[in-house]
Amino acid sequence: MRDQRRGPLASVGLHTTLVIASAVAVFPPLWLVVTSFKPKSEAFSTDVVKNPTLRNYQHVLGDTEFLTWFGNSLFIVVITTILGVFIAATTGYAVSRFRFPGMRPLMWLLLITQMFPVAILIVPLYNIMSTLGWLNQPISLIVTYLTVAVPFCAWMMKGFFDTIPVEIDESGRVDGLNPFGTFWRLVVPLAKPGLAVTAFYTFITAWAEVAYASAFMTGEDNLTLAAGLQTFVNQYTSDWGSMTAAAVMIAIPAALVFSWAQRHLVAGLTAGATKS
Amino acid sequence: MAVDTSRPLDPAAGAKGARGRGGRVHKDGTPPPRGIRNALARHWYAWAMVAPVVVVIGLIIGYPLVRGLYLSLTDANEANVERTIGINHIPATYKTVGLDNFKAILEDQVFWDRLGWTVTWTVCCVALTFSIGLGLAVLLNRRFAGRTLYRSLLILPWAVPAFVSVFAWRLLYNEKNGILNKVLDGGGIDAVPWLNDPTMAKASVIAVNIWLGVPFMLVALLGGLQSIPGELYEAAEMDGASPWQRFRHITLPGLRSVSSTVILLSTIWTFNMFPVIFLLTRGGPGDATEILVTYAYRLSFVNSPRDFAGASAWGVLILLILMLFAVVYRRSLRKQGEVW
Repeated sequence: MRDQRRGPLASVGLHTTLVIASAVAVFPPLWLVVTSFKPKSEAFSTDVVKNPTLRNYQHVLGDTEFLTWFGNSLFIVVITTILGVFIAATTGYAVSRFRFPGMRPLMWLLLITQMFPVAILIVPLYNIMSTLGWLNQPISLIVTYLTVAVPFCAWMMKGFFDTIPVEIDESGRVDGLNPFGTFWRLVVPLAKPGLAVTAFYTFITAWAEVAYASAFMTGEDNLTLAAGLQTFVNQYTSDWGSMTAAAVMIAIPAALVFSWAQRHLVAGLTAGATKS
Repeated sequence: MAVDTSRPLDPAAGAKGARGRGGRVHKDGTPPPRGIRNALARHWYAWAMVAPVVVVIGLIIGYPLVRGLYLSLTDANEANVERTIGINHIPATYKTVGLDNFKAILEDQVFWDRLGWTVTWTVCCVALTFSIGLGLAVLLNRRFAGRTLYRSLLILPWAVPAFVSVFAWRLLYNEKNGILNKVLDGGGIDAVPWLNDPTMAKASVIAVNIWLGVPFMLVALLGGLQSIPGELYEAAEMDGASPWQRFRHITLPGLRSVSSTVILLSTIWTFNMFPVIFLLTRGGPGDATEILVTYAYRLSFVNSPRDFAGASAWGVLILLILMLFAVVYRRSLRKQGEVW
């Protein structure tokens, strides 16, 4: 943080740029919210809500399986997030602190996992899930999402742990803690901002995944939100009113988790950059 | 002083005692003993910590990969795979055809057209996302009124699930009634066929992907910027370095480890970015915005008969291209002294 002398012109430029950028960032979701309050017939009108109505929300909550899907999603996502954060943290810590045989291949494995297109995995995975009898079971999605989210989260956690001074671990060792103890009692508390970011990323990944959710879960009762939402706007129907209302309600939990994590987001990435 | 996150992880650094824990360097400095027993004794902590990831990835990625590789060497399609119709179980009748699938794909102009557009799409998206993210991060990395508010607003797209955002953009892009064209109309400009003209559609999908990607870049780069010690800037200013020189010689090198990671990841993600293209344009108009991944998906899930072998072969090729990229990228980083 430096240099607070800034000319008025520079100040105007700074704020103008940021205001424009913020408007671009906020407008599309905002428009979605606006549209959700319009009567069905006016979904595409450009007026800012002439006759605001809650009809779309009533319809989605009352006449569709939305709440069931919501429950399914919530269950899957919470379990995925808890497991994902834990696994990513231990892996990130091991890669950050220990030099061990297999570490480099592991880093490669984590990277290569990111490269797999859904297209190549989805058919064989479907076969596995069906063999295991896991189709239509939440566990199929939990396991799949872990493989999607954990590799990146482990990379991210490695970055956080790298910024926590090794002296802290060393002092733990001197006090007689074993590596797990050091990790759990000393490093994890310091890495809280990093864990928050990881939790957020895992949550948003699982909450928003479409392809696997549509392939593995069938039957109205088992759908997750991402799959369910598509039933409003597909090649046969285009119920934009219900779609936008549902989309807003899907975005709310994500926004809540986000606002909880967001003060950690930036601080998190510099967590350990204290004096050492 | 701030911790240098880009510290090389090579043994030499650890030998100085900075990060030599985990049994890598023995207390008395003797070379580590050999043997599996010893390796286990020394490394079991680390191995236990990474075991869950290895197991889950091995099962869920390893097996499908092998199966995908196998299918790519066969002529499997909807009509000849194992299936059950009613009570009749029909065994698989497809056979291996060697590398025929790959030969056919590589001889077909479709592949090269799609590859060209996929590379253009990836380069445009990553370059613009990174530049915009870096620009905004630099702006936000100072103290001024409203900084926290701007930051929250700018990373908002990240809080909205991607498929929800894509639907929001479809509302905006609608040719007849979308708000974008209504605004242009107000300014006396003719409606723009955002998603219906090949060139405009390409620009439109790139714009949406940038919109989705900037928040992540912004946060990562802001984190990187804040870990650069302020003393460096003060010293440079004292020496009379211009803002540009400070950016060029302090900011960019200070961000190198963060930016090398985010560029690599976002290149991979963008190359495989399925939902944006699929939900916005379905690859259209025609196949103007079809990238390799959406084409592979189309082969096995949209076209009829479903061509599992062909889709697998495309998938294998995509994977090979990305791995080649990662190897080259890592090589070039290594030359600059970056090791991971």
